[in-house]
Amino acid sequence: MTEGRIVKVSGPLVIAEGMREANMFDVVRVGEQNLIGEIIEMHGDRASIQVYEETAGIGRGDRVVSTGAPLSVELGPGMMENIYDGIQRPLVAIKNQVGPNITRGIDLPALDREKKWYFEATAKRGDRITGGDVYGIVRENEVVEHKIMAPPGTRGRIEELLSGYYTVTDTIGKLDTDEGEVPITLMQRWPVRKARPYKEKLPPNEPLITGQRNVDSMFPVAKGGTACIPGPFGSGKTVVQHQLAKWSDADFVIYIGCGERGNEMTDVLQEFPGIADPKTGSSLMKRTVLIANTSDMPVAAREASVYTGITIAEYLRDMGCSVAVIADSTSRWAEALREMSGRLEEMPGEEGYPAYLTSRLAQFYERAGMVKCIGSDDRIGALTAIGAVSPPGGDISEPVSQATLRIVKVFWGLDSALAYRRHFPAINWLNSYSLYKDRLAPWYEKNIAADWMDQITEAMRILSAEAELDEIVKLVGIDALSASDRLTLDVAQSVREDFLQQDAMSPDDSFCPPEKQHDLLGLILYFRDAAACAIEGGADIDAISTLPVRERIGRAKSAPTADYKREYAEIRTEIDAELSAIGGGR
Amino acid sequence: MYREYRTIEEVAGPLMLVRDVDGVKYDELGEIVMPDGEIRRCRVLEVNGSDVLVQLFEASSGLNLEYSKVRFTGHGVQLPVSREMLGRVFNGMGEPIDDGAKIIPEAVRDVNGTPINPAARKYPSEFIQTGVSTIDGLNTLVRGQKLPIFSGSGLPHANLAAQIARQAKVRGTDEKFAVVFAAIGITFEEADFFISDFKKTGAIDRTVLFINLASDAAIERITTPKMALTAAEYLAFDCNMHVLVIMTDITNYAEALREVSAARKEVPGRRGYPGYLYTDLATMYERAGRREGSDGSITMIPILTMPEDDKTHPIPDLTGYITEGQIILSRDIYRKGYLPPVDVLPSLSRLKDKGIGEGRTREDHSGTMNQLFSAYARGKEAKELMVVLGESALTPIDRMYAKFADEFEARYVNQGFYEDRTIEQTLDLGWELLHILPKSEMKRIKPAILEKYW
Repeated sequence: MTEGRIVKVSGPLVIAEGMREANMFDVVRVGEQNLIGEIIEMHGDRASIQVYEETAGIGRGDRVVSTGAPLSVELGPGMMENIYDGIQRPLVAIKNQVGPNITRGIDLPALDREKKWYFEATAKRGDRITGGDVYGIVRENEVVEHKIMAPPGTRGRIEELLSGYYTVTDTIGKLDTDEGEVPITLMQRWPVRKARPYKEKLPPNEPLITGQRNVDSMFPVAKGGTACIPGPFGSGKTVVQHQLAKWSDADFVIYIGCGERGNEMTDVLQEFPGIADPKTGSSLMKRTVLIANTSDMPVAAREASVYTGITIAEYLRDMGCSVAVIADSTSRWAEALREMSGRLEEMPGEEGYPAYLTSRLAQFYERAGMVKCIGSDDRIGALTAIGAVSPPGGDISEPVSQATLRIVKVFWGLDSALAYRRHFPAINWLNSYSLYKDRLAPWYEKNIAADWMDQITEAMRILSAEAELDEIVKLVGIDALSASDRLTLDVAQSVREDFLQQDAMSPDDSFCPPEKQHDLLGLILYFRDAAACAIEGGADIDAISTLPVRERIGRAKSAPTADYKREYAEIRTEIDAELSAIGGGR
Repeated sequence: MYREYRTIEEVAGPLMLVRDVDGVKYDELGEIVMPDGEIRRCRVLEVNGSDVLVQLFEASSGLNLEYSKVRFTGHGVQLPVSREMLGRVFNGMGEPIDDGAKIIPEAVRDVNGTPINPAARKYPSEFIQTGVSTIDGLNTLVRGQKLPIFSGSGLPHANLAAQIARQAKVRGTDEKFAVVFAAIGITFEEADFFISDFKKTGAIDRTVLFINLASDAAIERITTPKMALTAAEYLAFDCNMHVLVIMTDITNYAEALREVSAARKEVPGRRGYPGYLYTDLATMYERAGRREGSDGSITMIPILTMPEDDKTHPIPDLTGYITEGQIILSRDIYRKGYLPPVDVLPSLSRLKDKGIGEGRTREDHSGTMNQLFSAYARGKEAKELMVVLGESALTPIDRMYAKFADEFEARYVNQGFYEDRTIEQTLDLGWELLHILPKSEMKRIKPAILEKYW
């Protein structure tokens, strides 16, 4: 174990000498308070250390001890429903021990060492095991069947394996390997800066269903895909992120609050347990892990928090599950990089960000993907990464947004003008995009409706026609438009207000299953077709614009999900009836 | 008792380098003994071998490398706190300046505070009635929220903040807010306005004032808000009081930070502000809130003037990313003579949804709020179109919206600084204005609510 002495302290950066024996990225304990830090640079026997806690009170000559291991997370039963800080310290346990404020130097294990889990062995004595193979399962809660897997790199034969009640550190069996007998435990460790291995990456081909019309219908993200949400403050980034965390049909959700508000994490903690997962009926919290490194918590741990989150996600993916990682916000993470880089006196790149910003971001997003997991049963797992970006002034020409856009495949651009109009989610339909759209079309056409893509294309066409017509209206006024153009404007308004707008607070609209999304858009397009016929038949556009049924279409999205079909059928009948009453219709 | 060093090597701007020190810790508070015996304070910014770089809290004038001495106190910057602070006036370093008795401390606190464990926060949800329609009705404030006022030079943000401090109450309780007021580099006149307003209404007895005026050392501004928040935390979390913290002007604070950063030759972020401005502001703003184990709360109203009224300037921009919404003042509305000149559309309260509705305000609050917002937005668009094309180019419905926007500004926004409206009055006024529009336009209001209140 290497022990050095501090020579320099500058905020979260500490330089110690006498560290020649230590490894890069080793975790060290700093000073009398045993603050946790990580070596990020070595110069001769001087190590530059980023400290994950406030360094006030640290001075020259204080001791630095290397633990000899890189920053790692504990992976095993007990992660679900938990809330961790950026270096996986359990916040609830910390609260119980030291009260409502986080004091320094506290060191509690991430996984509860006391709790006993029932382990049910599925492998047996004599089985040959390689990394990723499943020893057995632990029912962590009603919805989570936690597979206990051999850590990557394992190779051997089971000597002994017994079902029973164990803590995460108990020996549950023995493995006979080339290096001799190795105990088997429920828990494993993995260094956060290293991606967990997989056999093969596969192209994603299935959408992550989120129940959000802007996402599923307009700009879908694939299971195993990457997406980003840039937007100025007040444009509703956090609400979109929360909605995705709530309703995504992933098996697990990892929500990383990185440099954001404390109350937002509290909100998740209070709200999620009370919401039922549409898939399992159990509380949403049962499948959620929270990583909270709020903006008032030390900045270096913020840098680590996204790695902590994605490593936990990779482990869950290795069980053959679909995992969604939602990081809010990657800009704060980039700022933490910038701060450390500045203190290391590195040559800055654009806007003071370090030159390696893009490669670090790419490394993070590349850990997403649909993969064939290690282990002999060829499980398929998917890790979807969704990152919020907070561009200064909402201007996405800044480095973090631009670097992110070069990597991710889906862009949900939030627009403050829409937010001012209280059009939520304020995703701009003209500049957002999804590169998965075509790849996912077959899935939607097979599983939801054959005309899924046709409808979406039609809706997009109407919306872009509206943008063009708006220009004309601004110049010459609405009266100069033909009746069919005015109908296009009316329908576009309907698509915007009655389809794209979605109320996160309304119980019947917060989650909209894909079938309902399809039928709702179908309803609007049905009105368009019927009204177009009516216009040809000589009906007056002013009369069409003011038909009472349009109000009913406006409320169609909040029809109870259980029997919306009846309501939609009635609306269709009413459309026909009202149109024929004004001398059109079919 | 403490070792004194006569090894001051350099003084440049707010920074000072001391050589050959021993056992000095990062962030430690130091005292400089001037040749005439005067004591000035400083703080360790960097320990590098046996050198320490310190930041002065006061002006460097009169400092003499030969005869000044430095000693280090073994602890960080602290503030003695007590309930007796209510009604008293302090300078930016936390020393009484009102000729009153010395504060006998009940506790001594480090001014940096410690982060609140997010698992120990209580989500703010109690409605605060400020009596201002644009806030209560549309951008509702709740206990424990941090809601800044984004203003511009020459706009009456001080009057609005004083109005909130005067009128704010949680309904159904008699508890009054204790007010902690931090003046950060503002003019004597502005500070005097607040003090005399607090005196006039009797609020002064439950107010703690920390005053750093424009004429005081700029560098002292860095500690002023921390002092104020340390006092507020004591009153809220130790004494279970509900505390309203008003801090003005954050722009001066950020500029003082920039000064120190520039003196240290750090790599600047946007517009010369240090890259850690976000983190620095966040550690300040995040001290607002409620937490387990205490009934008290800190509600924070920071005020900042946006340079050139530019919302994308780093100070308002980063503030907006941290705080739970913002109240934006508008020069256009002010020119029309409407007070308080709140620009409704870009203003926002993120916590409003948990604070309004049945049992808290009234069941129709949420629906009417959304309807007013979207109607006003559409009305403003219609008015813009009217400027280009003339009134006749508008459809009849857009003409109604334009009329609505005018009336909304004249009656809902405009209420003056001395009218205290209850939430019912605000909501009823909202309904009255919505009657300018046909009932079929009320798409954002639930049918049942619409039937009941229309």
